[in-house]
Amino acid sequence: MSTLISTQGLSVRHGGNTVLSNVQFSIARGEIVTVVGPNGSGKSTLIRALIGLETAATGKVSRASGLSVGYVPQKLHIDASLPLSVRRFLSLPKRVSDAQADEALERTGVPGLGPRPLARLSGGQFQRVLLARALLVNPDILILDEPTQGLDQPGTAAFYKLIEEVRSQTGAAVLMVSHDLHVVMSASDRVICLNGHVCCEGTPKVVAEAPEYRALFGIGTGGAFALYQHHHDHGHDDGSASQTCGHEGHTHV
Amino acid sequence: MFDDFLVRAAFAGIGLTLATGPLGSFVVWRRMAFFGDATAHAAILGVALSFAFGASVYLGTLGVALAMALTVARLSGRGHAVDTTLGVLAHSALAFGLVAASFQSGLRVDLSAWLFGDILAVSRTDLIVVWGGALAVLALLAWRWQGLLTSTINDELAMASGINPQREQLFLTVALALTVAVSIKIVGALLIAALLIIPAAAARQIARGPEAMAVSATGVGICAVLLGLWASLTFDTPAGPSIVSAGTVLFVASLLLRRRA
Repeated sequence: MSTLISTQGLSVRHGGNTVLSNVQFSIARGEIVTVVGPNGSGKSTLIRALIGLETAATGKVSRASGLSVGYVPQKLHIDASLPLSVRRFLSLPKRVSDAQADEALERTGVPGLGPRPLARLSGGQFQRVLLARALLVNPDILILDEPTQGLDQPGTAAFYKLIEEVRSQTGAAVLMVSHDLHVVMSASDRVICLNGHVCCEGTPKVVAEAPEYRALFGIGTGGAFALYQHHHDHGHDDGSASQTCGHEGHTHV
Repeated sequence: MFDDFLVRAAFAGIGLTLATGPLGSFVVWRRMAFFGDATAHAAILGVALSFAFGASVYLGTLGVALAMALTVARLSGRGHAVDTTLGVLAHSALAFGLVAASFQSGLRVDLSAWLFGDILAVSRTDLIVVWGGALAVLALLAWRWQGLLTSTINDELAMASGINPQREQLFLTVALALTVAVSIKIVGALLIAALLIIPAAAARQIARGPEAMAVSATGVGICAVLLGLWASLTFDTPAGPSIVSAGTVLFVASLLLRRRA
């Protein structure tokens, strides 16, 4: 597998605070990786570092040359003073033809939204438009920062299925960030738990058959969710920030 | 045709709005109004220094405005309280400029011309400078348009597409300093920011896309210049403030025309 982006011993400091320390990370072509972690665990900083917006205090970030990144930000505040239609937004920063724009919107399940002002979209529509724009660059990797924030559970499930489809159609790698420790995408090849350092990595197990799961999310989600339970009672005895925690302290349902 | 001072004034104003329309739109979108003020106020210091050293007023103003704009851009990028920093810089630049101007006996006399502009005294050379500067700003913005717009929406979005948001900000900063430098004779240091913001705010009410807004802002600006000059002549009012007042009238009219876009 060819590695698209990797970090070696990456540390990032904001002022005096160490936000990330000694992070080893890599994502290969076609892989779906989900990064989970509580608020303030450095998830967004990791994404910014991977994109190139953060300066590494130590270590480094390597990107494959000519890498095309499709980025879906956590939130996008469009200032009310800026009149911007969906169609115009899709042409940023590279202009695309009407046919390409229509196709991308169609693919993400929001056909015909082109003329609508961006400010007038619902949360779910907005996420899909952001994804459509990210797909227009023919990305090698899609980076999604909390893409389902503000979506209800069926909306989240539908969005996850869409991501999975995109991966299988385009072969793009997917890196997703979530603050939800318990619900991650079942299609994830790897889940990385981040809390200033890489706390642990593992494969999520699909629990779509479990009755508790059905009771919690209903059957309408079509197995898009998996539970990834954490018991944060494990210690970091040797004090090493990059320690991989093993699985003794975790229950992967 | 340029023998008539009124024709020169009109053309100088129109030339300036070519730059202030698109640039003002960015100032509004990026909420840089105060940033514009700081840069413009620094221009008075530039005028005073130019007189002291016998340099060209345009060059002196450009230099000081650029230094101010770069300082502000740097400081705001570091997470200082932007409002406070800008407030300190903007007003102290103006104060130091006025103090420095008081040492120049010649400058003391026509200080109000630098504060409020004297568009009716525009010479042929001024006209060339204004159009040259405005076209340069316009070309700069047109060249960087897509990148500027992307980084205006979101830094991360720009960076992921290989656009450096800091570099785009730098282009905007240079454009702003250049605009301030060429407009100081027309509307003066105190009213430049108004000419940037008011036409753009009016254009927002009628435009449905960023490009349409930039063009409309220039359109509104041209109307404001012509209306203001007419009012200045008819009612014997100062030209610069009259132009800005006309712009405000157009802005209020645009609120009535408002399309629910």
